[in-house]
Amino acid sequence: MDHLRTVPPRGLLLTRVRIVLNGIELIPETSLAVRPGEVVTIMGPSGSGKSSLLAYLCGTLDRAFQATGEIWVNGIDVTRLPIEERQIGILFQDDLLFPHMTVGENLLFAIPRAVRSRRERRELMRQALAEADLAGYEERDPATLSGGQRARVALMRTLLARPRAVLLDEPFSKLDEDLQTTIRQFVFGHVHAQELPTLLVTHAAEDAQAAGGPVLRVGRPAAGPPVEPFAAARSALSRIRPAAKPRHP
Amino acid sequence: MKRLLATIVFLGWATAQSQEIPDSWPGVLEKARGQTVYFNAWAGDENTNAFIAWVGQRVREAHGIELKHVKITLTSEAVARVIAEMAAGRHTGGSVDLIWINGENFLAMKEQKLLFGPFTQRLPNTSLVDTAGKPTTVIDFTVPVDGLESPWRMAQIVYAYDSARLQNPPRSIPAMLDWARRNPGRITHPRIRNFLGSTFLKQALHELADDPKVLLEPATEASFIAVTAPLWRWYEQLKPTMWRKGEQFPETGPAMRQLLADGEIDIMISFNPNEASTAIGKGILPDSVRTFVLEKGTIGNTSFVAIPTNAAHKEGAMAVANFLLSPESQAHAMHPNSMGNFTVLDLNRLTPADRKRFEDLPRGVATLSAAELGRPLLEPHPSWMNRIVDEWERRYAK
Amino acid sequence: MLRLFPVVTLAVFLAPVAAGMVATALPAFGYLPALGGHQVGGAPWQRLLATPGFWTSVHLTVQSGLLATLLALAIVIGFCSAMHNTRLFRRAQVILSPLLATPHVAVAIGLAFLIAPAGWASRLVSPGLTGWQRPPDLAIVHDAGGLSFVLGLLLKEVPYLMFMTLSALNQIRSGETLVAARSLGYPPAAAWLKTVLPQIYPQIRLPVYAVLAFSMSVVDVAVVLAPTNPPPLSTLVFRMFTDRDLAVVFPACAGACLQLLLVVAMLGVWRAGELGFPMLTRRWLTAGGTHKTGAGLRAMWTAVMATMVALSILGTLSLAVWSFTQTWFYPRALPAAWTLSHWERHAADLAGPGGTTLATGLAAALLAMVLSLGCLQNERVNGLGSAARALWLLYTPLLVPQIAFLFGAQMLLVRMGLDGTWIALIWSHLLFVFPYVFLSLADPWRSFDLRYRNSALALTGSPLRTFLRIELPLMGRPALFALAIGFAVSVGQYLPTIFAGGGRFTTLTVEAVTLSSGSDARVTGIYALVQAGLPLLAYMLAIAYPAWRYRHRKGMG
Repeated sequence: MDHLRTVPPRGLLLTRVRIVLNGIELIPETSLAVRPGEVVTIMGPSGSGKSSLLAYLCGTLDRAFQATGEIWVNGIDVTRLPIEERQIGILFQDDLLFPHMTVGENLLFAIPRAVRSRRERRELMRQALAEADLAGYEERDPATLSGGQRARVALMRTLLARPRAVLLDEPFSKLDEDLQTTIRQFVFGHVHAQELPTLLVTHAAEDAQAAGGPVLRVGRPAAGPPVEPFAAARSALSRIRPAAKPRHP
Repeated sequence: MKRLLATIVFLGWATAQSQEIPDSWPGVLEKARGQTVYFNAWAGDENTNAFIAWVGQRVREAHGIELKHVKITLTSEAVARVIAEMAAGRHTGGSVDLIWINGENFLAMKEQKLLFGPFTQRLPNTSLVDTAGKPTTVIDFTVPVDGLESPWRMAQIVYAYDSARLQNPPRSIPAMLDWARRNPGRITHPRIRNFLGSTFLKQALHELADDPKVLLEPATEASFIAVTAPLWRWYEQLKPTMWRKGEQFPETGPAMRQLLADGEIDIMISFNPNEASTAIGKGILPDSVRTFVLEKGTIGNTSFVAIPTNAAHKEGAMAVANFLLSPESQAHAMHPNSMGNFTVLDLNRLTPADRKRFEDLPRGVATLSAAELGRPLLEPHPSWMNRIVDEWERRYAK
Repeated sequence: MLRLFPVVTLAVFLAPVAAGMVATALPAFGYLPALGGHQVGGAPWQRLLATPGFWTSVHLTVQSGLLATLLALAIVIGFCSAMHNTRLFRRAQVILSPLLATPHVAVAIGLAFLIAPAGWASRLVSPGLTGWQRPPDLAIVHDAGGLSFVLGLLLKEVPYLMFMTLSALNQIRSGETLVAARSLGYPPAAAWLKTVLPQIYPQIRLPVYAVLAFSMSVVDVAVVLAPTNPPPLSTLVFRMFTDRDLAVVFPACAGACLQLLLVVAMLGVWRAGELGFPMLTRRWLTAGGTHKTGAGLRAMWTAVMATMVALSILGTLSLAVWSFTQTWFYPRALPAAWTLSHWERHAADLAGPGGTTLATGLAAALLAMVLSLGCLQNERVNGLGSAARALWLLYTPLLVPQIAFLFGAQMLLVRMGLDGTWIALIWSHLLFVFPYVFLSLADPWRSFDLRYRNSALALTGSPLRTFLRIELPLMGRPALFALAIGFAVSVGQYLPTIFAGGGRFTTLTVEAVTLSSGSDARVTGIYALVQAGLPLLAYMLAIAYPAWRYRHRKGMG
């Protein structure tokens, strides 16, 4: 596997990822590189296997699926690692703020234990709040926040954990339309600024547009003839690495 | 309206009428037919339960009576229920029809006038009872029976031991202490609130008291302290040498019997001279178990049945009490495969055919003969038992 | 009509409990004219305090109650936190249902048969491993510390709390919450403890309280396993109620009141702990993730849970073995001779108590079902929310110690001439059956897709027909399961049968408890086994019937 060391160490790399369920190929063999600060969008209708791909990246794919291929983050193979060791930040459809903690505690929760000093932790938390335009909100109950505020807290929480890559799982789909634009800007602005390789999974074309990066279409629509998965993603293909040499076990 | 009132009056009269017990025995049996008799009887012994089930079957066939065995863990439970019902004003239609009773429970009910009767003289089979040879059938723990309870089985204290582990069992109360000291953890008695638990102490008291005759009088504060002093001296020394260091006791006799079967203890007390034989026959005890009595004799008593004053089905209860006294029932009870207890009847008063039922009975392998058992010692007045229980709890329930 | 259901339910339900408590409390202060108690005063309490071993009883009650609850909760939390995303965890419900169905007493008797010095476990390893030719002189069952009692309680409380936890987990988005926490760098167990537990605890709080109250006031399990000299307070009070000396009723009532006070006090202590715990753990809660997987405790928790399951199963198995035993002397691992004779001889005897058990259980479960459906349907039709207060009311019979109101209720029943009747017996069971039936039915009922109802209403125009033809059949599976739970709860009732049944009714539970206090292990085995078997059968039917009935309807899966 030494040849893989030759790829740029930073970024998110999928090599020959393939997911099969009950003999049906959900994700055909796919390789993909996401550079730091870049947002690659995976688009597909529901049931197209994009959520399975996401689950594989998170490490939460059900055993019923057969998945092969590797996931590399900043030069480290995380394929066999549990979620907590992958250092991949995830932003979900729902903000999933913990309802039993205050806004501030939700953020403190994410700051790695490596930051030992209490004062430093609180400082980081307050900075994050300020960045999200929520200074002074630390004692608030997340349930009292507006949708947009919650979405911003959720992103700050994801970022405070110092991820090496970020997965966005339709994070805007449940927001009001007028809010979607601002939150999109907020999220993309942050992942760009922090130079995080980011994978966005969505079925909304606006999301893909706003992300500005390459778009990869997967799966077949619920009805109609099968679509070649890469047909509409030639631009993305341009960066897909040529098939690697056969691996030696 | 008038007719309604008349109906109510008539119904009231009818119920009042039905309270009357018919004068003739056939009349009693006639009314008993179709009644359901709730027989409250201690249910801790399987052989007894099986016997009661057999009685139920026989009285259904013979008298059309439905006998329900209300299985209780302590006789006092049934006594308490009668008292509670009477206290709540239920003077008729009570839930207890027949109760297996003797000793302190009998005294309590008799003193509080909770028993129906006298009724025993009305039972035809009462004339067969051996009142002369077995005085405990008319004097229950020194208390005159006065026809308020009808005898049904004889009991005498014996001790069972496993001859495979113990060749010469101690045959006196002091010898028992010496033996226990040499063999710690090998003897116990059921917990004190169980009648066998207090019986264990009562038997010891009978032998240790300077003059056992005082036990026939009700205990007083002063006499109790003086008379039981040697008992407590003995028991203080015995207790730490007992099973579980005398800190824990089996709940009941059968639980203790299981300890003997499992080899946890070597000696146990029993109120049924045939218990060991029956248990051997059923594979519950090893066939090496034998029975012994103390050199100075052991206490014997009689089990009775009584009818509470508020019993709903007195005729049925009387019919059952009478059946319990029949030669058929008594012989069945005496069979080693049943309860194996001695009969309350005088065999000389039976017809030759009935007498033969008894003469043909086999004797259990571990059962002593009447001669070996000896004449039973008289039960102390119930107050002794009650005080022993209280004193034991005062001393040892911490 | 429908609006009457909650009212009727409360009347059937809470009014007699309250009246029973009052009727128990009055004699505790000397007032019971029927027994010559006219002088109101503290004499009954003085007499209660003077009972030999009284303080030991109180201590034992508090200690074993708290210990059983803490351990049960710890085991459930530990197991869930370590195992939540494993296959074993997903099967926990299936594995634990038989344990949940088995009545407390059968479990306790089985445990006693298994772990006593002469029990099956000891026989299996002796003399080979231990060298014991005779059982060791060790107080394992009825031990002075009450540990075997606590263990016996755990065998039932752990499956119960586990079930309540599993159902609470379905109410929150535990899977996603966990992924969120883990993606922030927390190992699975820590993630579960820090993010899932605080969210589900409010929903298992009342069940935990019920466990605490039950552990402190249970009588039947205590009779089988707890210390006897003196026993826990509940048993002490129960014995006083059955004392032939009627004057003892007064201190017994005082003891029953004390039992209630103790439970209330301990619930208060527990609540204080609940409030204090988050404050103490606040810093730990947000201490930050390490991006390292924690040490695997899975083996340990699997072992703990496996031990619980094994003890239950082996205990029940030892009941079965004993029931077929002819001769079995220590230290043989298995009986020397087997026989069917005990079953043959007791088959007829079993019919009576078995029939009473069956009839009472079915009647109570069906009644509870009707009341629950009525209340839930009222909630649906008349749009009443399920207030938290109503939930508390529902739990009242599970939180108030049975002994604290059953004597009073019995007195009232006697007064009304109802004691020892089927009405009294079934009512007393219904008290404890209804909460379980309602609770197990409420969640599926409330999550029912109302569009089915609305379209059916449009088609038939009859609310009743809609209910009978559409709503009930669609809810068939949870409804049958709730019935089975109600039946199992009824089968397990001991004190209500004794008090309200007035000695006229003997159920398998009453027989099993009576026999366990010292009859032949063979016969005890039979009764306990049949007692355990009936609810199990009900559970199996509840699962099997819908599966068979709708075998051609994939949508009913």
